[in-house]
Amino acid sequence: MKELRLMKGNEALAEAAIRAGADGYFGYPITPQSEILEYLMAEKPYETTGMVVLQAESEVAAINMVYGGASCGKKCWTSSSSPGISLKQEGISYMAGSELPGIIVNVVRGGPGLGTIQPSQADYFQATKGGGHGDYRLLVLAPASVQEMADFIPLGFDLAFKYRNPVMILTDGVIGQMMEKVELPEFTPRWTEEEIIKMSGDWATTGKTPDRERNIISSLILDSAKQEKHVKKLGLKYTAMEADEVRYEKFQCDDAEYLFVAFGSTARICQKSVDIARARGIKVGLLRPITLYPFPTIPIHELSNQVKGMLVVEMNLGQMVEDVRLAVNGKVQVEHFGRCGGMIPNPDEIVKNLVSKIIGG
Amino acid sequence: MTEEIIIAGFGGQGVLSMGKILAYSGIMQNKEVSWMPSYGPEMRGGTANVTVIVSDERISSPVLNKYDTAIILNQQSMDKFECSVKAGGYLIYDGNGITRHPDRKDINIYRIDAADEASKMGMTKVFNMLVLGGYLKLKPIVSGEFIHKGLEKSLPKRHHGMIPENEKAVEIGKDLIYPIHVL
Repeated sequence: MKELRLMKGNEALAEAAIRAGADGYFGYPITPQSEILEYLMAEKPYETTGMVVLQAESEVAAINMVYGGASCGKKCWTSSSSPGISLKQEGISYMAGSELPGIIVNVVRGGPGLGTIQPSQADYFQATKGGGHGDYRLLVLAPASVQEMADFIPLGFDLAFKYRNPVMILTDGVIGQMMEKVELPEFTPRWTEEEIIKMSGDWATTGKTPDRERNIISSLILDSAKQEKHVKKLGLKYTAMEADEVRYEKFQCDDAEYLFVAFGSTARICQKSVDIARARGIKVGLLRPITLYPFPTIPIHELSNQVKGMLVVEMNLGQMVEDVRLAVNGKVQVEHFGRCGGMIPNPDEIVKNLVSKIIGG
Repeated sequence: MTEEIIIAGFGGQGVLSMGKILAYSGIMQNKEVSWMPSYGPEMRGGTANVTVIVSDERISSPVLNKYDTAIILNQQSMDKFECSVKAGGYLIYDGNGITRHPDRKDINIYRIDAADEASKMGMTKVFNMLVLGGYLKLKPIVSGEFIHKGLEKSLPKRHHGMIPENEKAVEIGKDLIYPIHVL
């Protein structure tokens, strides 16, 4: 039997990374995700698996350490919260441009600016529409439980190396700080140098040998024709992600006449709202995007043929609602209900807003 | 069975750890659990609260606005959470420092003078376990055997010597609680 523990979401991420055979974590403390670095420093994986844990001098340094580790074909990751993630954007764009795998965790807090330490989902645009400069996408995973915090680390590394693209785990203070029962994954050994050469030797800087050309990691391509070719190659990866990597969960959708669309912690709260509404005879379901990019456009479009209206619930002023409206393409009414600035919507007020904004009366 | 609880008081009263011990005991008894703290100022003497859910079924929202039971350990928390107890639910409070006593007629109200008893007995460190004992007297959602296992799991090994004192406090707490208003 796998090991059961009561853990905070932040701790589960950290433990899962040790177990996933991660080679390096580079971070800088900020609430509400400081437990990640604290947990790793207490567990000392550098004495067991050999995983490096380093508190960098800044967020900018930390993301560039991930860039360096990833260049060598290593499994590296970093984490921060909103203001710190803004600082990392240049490095993230460079990773995307240089086609480097890695995981960036954003335990989102209220903003803009320094904002508040309380939970928020206001970084949806930043995570899914760019964040840094240039034509690139992050593959964005949105966990809704402590279990998914643990599960998305090995999944994130698999996807990051499959596409040679950075993966973001977009979560918030609710999932980061709450404790739930978690079944921890088995230990996967770190890759040996030989395994890295076999797997990533055609691009990673593993040490030049006489039988191959130099591998160069760079995002600088001054020849415009070559840069266009490169960006189009990145584009093909994003098309492939959109075809193969869409993940979502449906909750009580079979007979639904109305639909909530929500991700992460808000989706958990909406599950309760579904129960409350159904007890009052309102047939409502919930679609929870698990990947925010690629977005579950098709399943949402399909549900627009079934339901009379959708309420998108987010802890922001209205961000994912734009993607839902694109998916629905005017077919049914799509409204937004949001709390922001660190306020968390409660199950009752979500039902109240479904009634007032969608059902009417 | 689903029990939705808010425990609220001052930072340093052991609010978060009481919730953690209850949650871990729930896991040991094969229940689903969630533990959602207010975070930030609670370690520095501000107000602290934690929502604990123990259930036989998958838990939906870890964040709630209505509770089956509220365990209230200071006046600020009384002001904030008395109105959040579901009709027919339970409010348990420590009388120490309470200037405005709860007056709802549609809930069960119990009082436990755990702070006074703890200082009388020189057991201030296990104040929160006295309160937990009082709660478990009313709502025996986890049994003593699993509280023992929950303590083993939640306390760091270096503090395992204190488990008997904690268990004793749970037992004492069961005798300290008394009804104020019962439906």
